Amino acid sequence: MIRNLWLKLIAPIDGPLMGFTALLLLVALFTMASASPERMSTQLVNLGVALVVMRVVAQIPPQRLMRLALPTYLIGILLLVAVALFGDISKGARRWLNLGFMRIQPSELMKIAMPLMLAWYFQKHEAMLRLRDYAVATLLLLLPVALIVKQPDLGTSVLVLAAGFFVIFLAGLPWKIILGLIAAAAGSAPFAWNLLHDYQRQRILTLLDPEKDPLGKGFHIIQSTIAIGSGGMLGKGWGQGTQAQLEFIPERHTDFIFAVYSEEMGLLGNFVLLVLYALLIGRGIMISANAATLFTRLLAGAITLIFFTYAFVNMGMVSGILPVVGVPLPFISYGGTALVTLCLGIGILMSISKNRMLVQK
Amino acid sequence: MEFNNPQEGLDQFRSRITIAGGFVLLCFTLLFGRFVWLQVIKHDYYQTRAEENRISLVPITPNRGLITDRNGVVLARNYSAYTLEITPTQVADIEATIDGLAEFIDISAKDRKRFKKLMDETKRLESLPIRTRLTDQEVAKFIARRFRFPGVDIKARLFRQYPRGAFASHILGYIGRVTERDQGRIEEKEAEANYRGTDHFGKTGLEQRYEFDLHGITGFEQVEVDAGGHPVRTLARTAPIPGNNLTLSIDAKLQEIAEQAFGERRGAMVAIEPATGGILAMVSVPNYDPNQFVDGITTADWEVLNTSADKPMVNRALNGAYPPGSTFKPFMALGALTLGKRTPTQAISDPGFYNFGGHHFRDDKKGGHGSVDMYKSIVVSCDTYYYMLANDMGIDNISSFMGQLGFGSRTGIDIEGESEGVLPSQAWKKKRFRKPEQQKWYAGETISIGIGQGYNAYTPIQLAQATATLANNGVMFRPHLVKYITNAKTGEKTPIEPQPLKTLALKQEHIDFIKNAMVGVNKEGTGARAFKDAGYVAGGKTGTAQVFSYKGAEHKTERMAAHLRDHGLFIAFAPADKPTIALAILVENGGFGAQAAAPIARQVLDYYLLGKLPKGAAPTDEAAKEADEDINDVSDNSNVKDVKKGPGE
Repeated sequence: MIRNLWLKLIAPIDGPLMGFTALLLLVALFTMASASPERMSTQLVNLGVALVVMRVVAQIPPQRLMRLALPTYLIGILLLVAVALFGDISKGARRWLNLGFMRIQPSELMKIAMPLMLAWYFQKHEAMLRLRDYAVATLLLLLPVALIVKQPDLGTSVLVLAAGFFVIFLAGLPWKIILGLIAAAAGSAPFAWNLLHDYQRQRILTLLDPEKDPLGKGFHIIQSTIAIGSGGMLGKGWGQGTQAQLEFIPERHTDFIFAVYSEEMGLLGNFVLLVLYALLIGRGIMISANAATLFTRLLAGAITLIFFTYAFVNMGMVSGILPVVGVPLPFISYGGTALVTLCLGIGILMSISKNRMLVQK
Repeated sequence: MEFNNPQEGLDQFRSRITIAGGFVLLCFTLLFGRFVWLQVIKHDYYQTRAEENRISLVPITPNRGLITDRNGVVLARNYSAYTLEITPTQVADIEATIDGLAEFIDISAKDRKRFKKLMDETKRLESLPIRTRLTDQEVAKFIARRFRFPGVDIKARLFRQYPRGAFASHILGYIGRVTERDQGRIEEKEAEANYRGTDHFGKTGLEQRYEFDLHGITGFEQVEVDAGGHPVRTLARTAPIPGNNLTLSIDAKLQEIAEQAFGERRGAMVAIEPATGGILAMVSVPNYDPNQFVDGITTADWEVLNTSADKPMVNRALNGAYPPGSTFKPFMALGALTLGKRTPTQAISDPGFYNFGGHHFRDDKKGGHGSVDMYKSIVVSCDTYYYMLANDMGIDNISSFMGQLGFGSRTGIDIEGESEGVLPSQAWKKKRFRKPEQQKWYAGETISIGIGQGYNAYTPIQLAQATATLANNGVMFRPHLVKYITNAKTGEKTPIEPQPLKTLALKQEHIDFIKNAMVGVNKEGTGARAFKDAGYVAGGKTGTAQVFSYKGAEHKTERMAAHLRDHGLFIAFAPADKPTIALAILVENGGFGAQAAAPIARQVLDYYLLGKLPKGAAPTDEAAKEADEDINDVSDNSNVKDVKKGPGE
């Protein structure tokens, strides 16, 4: 009886994917216990919610997800417009929508809604993909991205843009257009620079030379690189990081938690973490490569690459090779919303993985 | 436009996702490379930076050395008191914070002004006192409300204290907060590290001259701090080494008697031990209270001291230059003997004036002293004798002989900023004036030089040194205030060795003759009244130096404005056969030296030689003892740490 229940419970679960995720979550709890033990219990609750979401989503067949694509996208756009009109302002950015009983951040929804929508769109036009379709997809992508950039929220817009781009790329956007886009991007960089907010420009300047402003904008990067560098080969040991424990690392439980981990676990720990991410991504790529439909392939591929984007952008900024944008370290940074979104993605991957097998049978 | 069949689509997707996978690996490799760069190649650099972040060296200020007199009477010491301090960089609205504190702690307008001044002067990011010497109740009151005042703290600090107030202030000097100029001196000595955490510096007197002896060696505490700079724990501690103690050659009781003998009058006295150059007393009155400077003097108080007509901030003993008047005569006579210009018995006839170039140089005594030999010339202080002598010697002879006795040059006493005075000579005049007709020395100008007037201007210490040199039979010592320096840690005493500067080429018989004539002054001459029934034999010479001359007219001392009256002077040594003390006294605008200055000398010598106290003086050092008991002494050099947990917590 109990065994049956258990089997039923784990039926939609993809073993390897679950395994790698679980290992990452262990690293997360382990690091959180050092960086911010007082937040452990909250994060455990967040984790519980996220795992339930994952398990529920894993059971939803991809066809159902496909039907949800357009409505989710439209709701997302509506909410983003609502944020732009009525959103709450906090720390100088209009990101939150107060629904009366809870505050939500619609841009977070877009991280999943975006690839869902584009994958659905390409699936619809699978039979004959024309350049026009890529153009339409690009428009569908840029609309919400523009709304999120306006908030402003550079981190989320980068992630949404990446998510959409991955779908378009995987759908076979011709190389000459990709190369053309890269050239155009390089050419238009000065104009883009003018569109950025002052603080966003400042972040990029700070990246180029953090020591120029050691007490201001450069402080985050300087302190996190000191933390990482001083960790050395084997790290200072769990709970022994002076940069972390004496609070030199800013936002050490959220965006900069990697600095805490890296200081205490060293190069070896970083290697382990990179391998775990690589394995998770590798498993995602396998699932996407074997998926049954274009929709599921594109969706799985895009979600997998979003995990990569999260990890790369976060570790890149904390170690000082990318500008500081508000991107958490996937599965490890404190915070419920990001964790739920990520586990939602894992759930979708699991659903796609199971349904491939069903089709093959 | 392209058509897709399912297999083609799948192949294309797989190639695309493979490329993406390759990109992922590339990016991760890049990240790993970055980690290797930071954690392996640059590890040492970042390790150091992390340690610098974490460890803060907190200086522990050493106790400043004590200053005592030759008998151990404490003249400068330290006491510990609670201060209320504000760290300006940690307080947003300083005015509001002070107003808040003033609700329960007494903060006067003076305190506020001083704090403002400190804030302007200080560039370091340190805490500054808004109130010093808090009472226990005030400390308790603050601690109960501390949470309302971030950036405000109570600290236990050591304060410099001069327990006897204005007493001997020109010797001791004072300390004040480190200024940019002081910082320059610290850098000159390459003592920046040792002065981290020190906020006071010797400004004048011995406090200035022996600053680097008194300061001590700063200790350090290695403290682990968090990002907010709050100490987490102490890792290591190096104890400070207290500053060295100064023991002076000054006799505090003698100093006290001398200071009191001046009463309300302005003036200076220097008493020297002839055989060593050790200064027994050095008075410059009026004094000022050096304690005013320790916490930072207010602008108003400083104005009062600085603009007072009495000039209490001037150390008259070293920086006042006065014509020596008749106290110059014994040295003139000695010069005459040495240069062979006079013999002791050679006599002149004094008609009451000396005529030179149609000008009458008047003698003090109308009608003159009659026949005057050298002995008599000193005893009765005959001007005419010295008018003639000066003319016979010539300015350059006088100048070179007096120069040997130390007139017109710094004595080298261990206090900074001593004045040179003026030793007139042809060369001096040429340098001093710019117009050619002024640069020329006129023979008529030499005449008044002989009686210690004219361009003559010497500091009281020069006069005292010359007297001591005479008393010591021509062996001249560098005068000094510090007798020995005691290493506070080892107890080892480093004496300031008496430094014989030179032995003058004088004949003993000449010296003996002059000394004898000076004994005559006190026995039967101008000093006889002051030294009646002395009980010891003292040599002396009175002097009255003209400040202002009414040309041709009789000058009536009584009718002159106080500041135009003559200065009274007296030099003395005793006991005459083997002098243990030599002194020079100047009473500004005091009138006749015999009346103004000689009685002071009598009181000083009575005490020094006989232990006799002037009438009305306290019989022992009880006054000093009382002052000592006033405040708990912290002369045990215990180190004071910041009191984070004060009483009541």
